[in-house]
Amino acid sequence: MEQPIRVLIAKPGLDGHDRGAKVVAAAMRDAGMEVIYGGLHQTPEIIAEMAVQEDVDAVGLSILSGAHMTLFPEVKKLLDAAGADHVLLTGGGIIPPDDIDALQAKGVGRLFGPGSTLVELVEYVQAEVGRRRAAAGSA
Amino acid sequence: MSIMDGTATENSSFESWKKAYDSAAQRDVSFETVSSEPVEALRTADDIEGTDPDADIGLPGQFPYTRGPYASMYRTRLWTMRQFAGFGTAEDTNQRYKYLLEHGQTGLSVAFDLPTLMGYDCDHPRALGEVGKCGVAISSLADMETLFDGIPLKDVTTSMTINSPAAIIWAMYLVTAKKQGARLDELGGTTQNDILKEYIAQKEFIFPPAPSMKLVVDTIEFASKEVPKWHPVSFSGYHIREAGSTAAQELAFTLADAFAYTEACIERGLDVDTFAKRHSFFFNSHVDFFEEIAKFRAARRIYARRMRDKYGAKNPRSLMLRFHTQTAGCSLTAQQPLNNIVRTAWQALAGVLGGTQSLHTNSMDETLSLPTENAAKVALRTQQLIAHESGVANTIDPLAGSYFVEDLTNRMETAANEIFDQIDELGGVVEAIEKGWFQREIGKAAYHFQRELEAGRQTIVGVNKYVENSEDDTKIETLYIGPEAERQALARHKAVKAARDESAVAAALKRIRDDSRSGVNMMPAFMHASETYATLGEMVDVLREELGTYREPPSF
Repeated sequence: MEQPIRVLIAKPGLDGHDRGAKVVAAAMRDAGMEVIYGGLHQTPEIIAEMAVQEDVDAVGLSILSGAHMTLFPEVKKLLDAAGADHVLLTGGGIIPPDDIDALQAKGVGRLFGPGSTLVELVEYVQAEVGRRRAAAGSA
Repeated sequence: MSIMDGTATENSSFESWKKAYDSAAQRDVSFETVSSEPVEALRTADDIEGTDPDADIGLPGQFPYTRGPYASMYRTRLWTMRQFAGFGTAEDTNQRYKYLLEHGQTGLSVAFDLPTLMGYDCDHPRALGEVGKCGVAISSLADMETLFDGIPLKDVTTSMTINSPAAIIWAMYLVTAKKQGARLDELGGTTQNDILKEYIAQKEFIFPPAPSMKLVVDTIEFASKEVPKWHPVSFSGYHIREAGSTAAQELAFTLADAFAYTEACIERGLDVDTFAKRHSFFFNSHVDFFEEIAKFRAARRIYARRMRDKYGAKNPRSLMLRFHTQTAGCSLTAQQPLNNIVRTAWQALAGVLGGTQSLHTNSMDETLSLPTENAAKVALRTQQLIAHESGVANTIDPLAGSYFVEDLTNRMETAANEIFDQIDELGGVVEAIEKGWFQREIGKAAYHFQRELEAGRQTIVGVNKYVENSEDDTKIETLYIGPEAERQALARHKAVKAARDESAVAAALKRIRDDSRSGVNMMPAFMHASETYATLGEMVDVLREELGTYREPPSF
């Protein structure tokens, strides 16, 4: 039987608005994923370390503070440096479309803005992790 | 004649209405508030039979203040139109304040950036990428002086949304005002300074709950003696609601917090009537129009009764709940953002019909970025339209006596009292925080709402109904805060530190440490340190060492 998807939900930076992160964590749990909730006010270093230690398939960051252009690339860089470049880095928050394009060009996955549904998020993570697992299996 | 016969009587009876109602078709929707409370089709006099028109509703300016804290309400003075603003550097925000004051705004409201809220200077590694992003960066007295340059602080009232380091930021404000030539006893304004709701909902905490409460009591004591026109704490439900609570939870959690501070002040030895007269509140005004109005009216009644009966307050001003309202940021949508102007308008109207003392109306673009100047102007104009065109400010509490509104007000009071009992059973507010109870209750409510929305049992226009899938349904002009604000703030901070007397700073920081250990009121030491241009981060670092830091046990 296939291993359940393991996902780390975290809030990097100083922002404490955790409604979205917690709702997403609950939805992923209810969709059968193993969810590690990283809690508040984490540094990119701690998030990358947790992702590696917990051997997750995906990391979801929630950022509503405007610091996304600093925090997403930093977490991505640290994941890659730790040999975890297969891990899907996704997330959501208040992120303008131009910034989303720029972050995706740097290897970040889909980013979900206000009004996104839990169903969309769950389906995206399932599909993308499935694709990456298949690619790793056939490699 | 016909009115006397049996048929006519039967026709006008409740039973026959019920029969007619039951035989009518009903729309296939759930008749519930946004808090998932059922709403009946009709309320009648029978539903408020137990409500005493004098003891429960009364008159404006009279106990239990259900109809408003003041006898004449908006016929004497409209609510204060107070738009929350702050971004980039102190210079940027100073310009926005001058713009808002020129357009008829009547009070200032400062939004600080996250490093400031968390007690970090702009040059701290954890501040990287966050400086000036969701508020203004204030690292020392120099920034505070720039923020209010050309704005006489004795002539405006200022609200500051600051919590963990509130005592220090307030000290900087007081010193700035003194340097402008103002006396402390002529300064009016509000510091949010409600640390309990930070643990519960907004999560910008630094120190553990007990020493944080001590700092709050210091500010209340200092205000009551030295800055008597100041509101040292604004008990805030806004963030609790934004985090996903129901209306009744917002009401009850906020009042429970207020009572916890009241008890802490009484324990300090303060007479309730010396400080409670400066209590102020801050509520959310969400989308369910009548539920919100009932919440505001119930808040005044519950507060008056408890303050009198439980805490022995005698001064009428200690019994009147006065509040600021902000429309619900979490109700706004990125999709079809012009719709947000309309949502905000009726939420603001609910605040006014609920008797608010001041009001912030959100801008249409706030799910996308901090507001542009144009969006902020439309939001302010929304209040001016309600004030001057709608006619609702001509009379006081116009919804009193409505069967529906009075019943809803009663139900809000009952729900809040039940929640107070639950908190008491848990051992009080701080205990309940440490057990994660509030956080879990709010998380459950937020998840419930999201699932109701996705199941179509709650509707948000543009999100799950009347959706437009065009590329530009979110396209509007937005405010972009680039990295230059961070660079400017850092350069300025460096210059301030280079120009100050380091030995004076060291002595002032030592006094903070000494005073923290001896347990005296910290406000004089914070003001003294601000005068030396000791930075926010330096002062908070001393307190981190002395008081410890708090980490929330992660749970969802």
